[in-house]
Amino acid sequence: MTDFINQLAFGWYPYLAVTVLVLGSVLRFDANQYSWRSQSSQFLRRKQMVIGSNLFHMGIIILFFGHLVGLLTPINVFDTLGIGHGFKQTAALVVGGIAGLASFVGCSLLLHRRLFDPRIRRSSSVGDILVLVLIWIQLVLGIATTYWTLQHLDGSEMVRFMSWANGILTLDPAAPGEIRDVALVYKLHIVLGLTLFVVTPFTRLVHIWSAPVWFLLRPGYQIVRSRRSDKPNYSLTRGPAGGAPSYGGPAVLRQQAESGEAGA
Amino acid sequence: MKVRAQIAMVLNLDKCIGCHTCSITCKNVWTNREGVEYAWFNNVETKPGIGYPKDWENQERWKGGWVRKKNGKIIPRQGAKWRILSKLFANPHLPEIDDFYEPYTFEYEWLQSAPEIQAQPTARPKSLITGELLNKIEWSGNWEDMLGGEFEKRSHDYNFEGVQKEIYGQFEKTFMMYLPRLCEHCLNPACLASCPSGAIYKRAEDGIVLIDQEKCRGWRMCVSGCPYKKIYYNWASGKSEKCIFCYPRIETGQPTVCSETCVGRIRYLGVVLYDADRIEEAASVEDPKDLYPAQLGVFLDPNDVTVQEAARAEGIPDTWLEAATRSPVYKMAMEWKIAFPLHPEYRTLPMVWYVPPLSPIQSAAEAGKISAQDGMPDVRSLRIPLRYLANLLTAGDEEPIAMALERMLAMRSYMRAKSVEGRIDESIPARVGLDRATIEEMYKIMALAAYEDRYVIPTARRELEEDAFVLRGSSGFGFRENTLGTTKTNLFGGGPKKAPRDPRMELPT
Repeated sequence: MTDFINQLAFGWYPYLAVTVLVLGSVLRFDANQYSWRSQSSQFLRRKQMVIGSNLFHMGIIILFFGHLVGLLTPINVFDTLGIGHGFKQTAALVVGGIAGLASFVGCSLLLHRRLFDPRIRRSSSVGDILVLVLIWIQLVLGIATTYWTLQHLDGSEMVRFMSWANGILTLDPAAPGEIRDVALVYKLHIVLGLTLFVVTPFTRLVHIWSAPVWFLLRPGYQIVRSRRSDKPNYSLTRGPAGGAPSYGGPAVLRQQAESGEAGA
Repeated sequence: MKVRAQIAMVLNLDKCIGCHTCSITCKNVWTNREGVEYAWFNNVETKPGIGYPKDWENQERWKGGWVRKKNGKIIPRQGAKWRILSKLFANPHLPEIDDFYEPYTFEYEWLQSAPEIQAQPTARPKSLITGELLNKIEWSGNWEDMLGGEFEKRSHDYNFEGVQKEIYGQFEKTFMMYLPRLCEHCLNPACLASCPSGAIYKRAEDGIVLIDQEKCRGWRMCVSGCPYKKIYYNWASGKSEKCIFCYPRIETGQPTVCSETCVGRIRYLGVVLYDADRIEEAASVEDPKDLYPAQLGVFLDPNDVTVQEAARAEGIPDTWLEAATRSPVYKMAMEWKIAFPLHPEYRTLPMVWYVPPLSPIQSAAEAGKISAQDGMPDVRSLRIPLRYLANLLTAGDEEPIAMALERMLAMRSYMRAKSVEGRIDESIPARVGLDRATIEEMYKIMALAAYEDRYVIPTARRELEEDAFVLRGSSGFGFRENTLGTTKTNLFGGGPKKAPRDPRMELPT
């Protein structure tokens, strides 16, 4: 039975979670972009937001990329680079610990105002509260793991998680077995993390996909949209001025006509 | 030269009676929804006052508009792009809903359902956000209406800069004016520049600035980016919304709702041709006082044949070019120089302009406080309202405002001489640098203000801009989505988002 639950939670659930995350996000983006937003509540109540949100987001971004790189990089890469397991474990513990604490403080502030500020509470959906509670619990679990990790500063536990994550990524059926015997708190942390993947497409968390880094690459500041085609006279029905309809040449794409996009 | 056209607006503040009809009709059409109850795409402020939202003109606080760097480039006052991104998690310059006001309704049903009680039942105010009863309504969209509230609070009005405002606290020396405000549909919009998602855009055909609601992700940088605070965050939908210049009406040649319903007939709509290549240069001039003339330099003369040729090359229809020559906006701004941009120092090159009001000067003249000639008060002797208006409309340059007021006064005394005394006094227009024909045209457009003179709006020529043949059949039996003329469906049964790559394939043979 234990084996079955282990297989379910760490062998199959990861695939389900990632599939729901990716497919769900794509489908929602395709079907209804109007619902795709960060849903910030700063406008309704500034209090606790500036510190809370900054701490939370900065911490969580470090944690996210830390987990991503730390878990998914093949172990040989670290070995080749000469980074010892013990060192990696300690570094992860320190960086993750600080980011985790910052994130926890921020998340607690945000959760407090979401639950106890009548303005925010009344304008919150079930999903808004749910994701914040889940993330808060996840941070608590994550911080709790440090107690167990301190007993394995040689990185042996960490290597197990890396093998598991690598195994999942490479479709290795033996992957769930790697973490069969780790402490329960780690297991809960992983299951809840995957659950966050699952809820993402159905909540405001989709705004993660939209982090507007492209803003930095936007040429200039202004955007002008035009219904007119950039290319003159290239039209199905309008040939060169005065001519008969040509039905030829590169036509004005319907899509272009719909979105009316042109350069600034 | 890259010619573009814009439907611009002028508001003749001299005739505004502060009735708020524009605000109410606008609200009923566009913002009577959850999330934007507090939002007024058009609002009317009584000046002097701190306005709506509170203190909106204080850009040290809200960081709206642009600043010119030492190297002559302009960047949003909020900071360059990376600075804006760094404020994504919590924007320190974002107003709170209380800076506008907490939207409320009243418990009307209690008036009908109350049992027999000792005291009269009252309809208490109730918050539209929390649903809780409010003890007291603290602020609203026009809280300072008719100089409401004590002068001490209103005196924080930013336009008192350089004015000994204490004098104006006294009742008999006070002055007031109305300032209807809507989105300025700027040539160099700072909201647009601040949008990390690239959801805000300016339309090339008519200059209307819109927010793509599908693309907006609610990063809310536009709210602080706009110096006029005319972008409203919809707290229910999580998207920003703004005045859309009633584009569905404008496209069909009808005036905006606020203009159509204006009781005082103060609003004018017309085509202005501008040179898109000169925008950045004009917005970057060093002295803020030069921004008003610099913006005039961006506008193009619709009667100039070379401009017309360039406009045709850009695909601007002839009906628009014809309308541009009759544009009341162009006449007031460029030919008569009696309309001015609101706060040009924000460097956004706004396109809703204002004719300054005579009322502060007129009331002083009637009280015999200033000298007059031919019934024309000497505007320049009344320095303080002049300074106030200059702070509002020309970044503090009093000369253009004084000239505009003199021209308006000249129009009055010329017409008084003509219709009351029955004489044509050519010296009156000459004194303000105008001729008889011009001043009579001013009278026709500004005083008589016939509907067809106020609104010269060519219809959008979509048939010239889009290929109607390709678009045929694109709206059929789809309920939420376009069918795009095909029977293919996406996973949800609607039409595909992407159009077929080559529409020629669908041509009937």
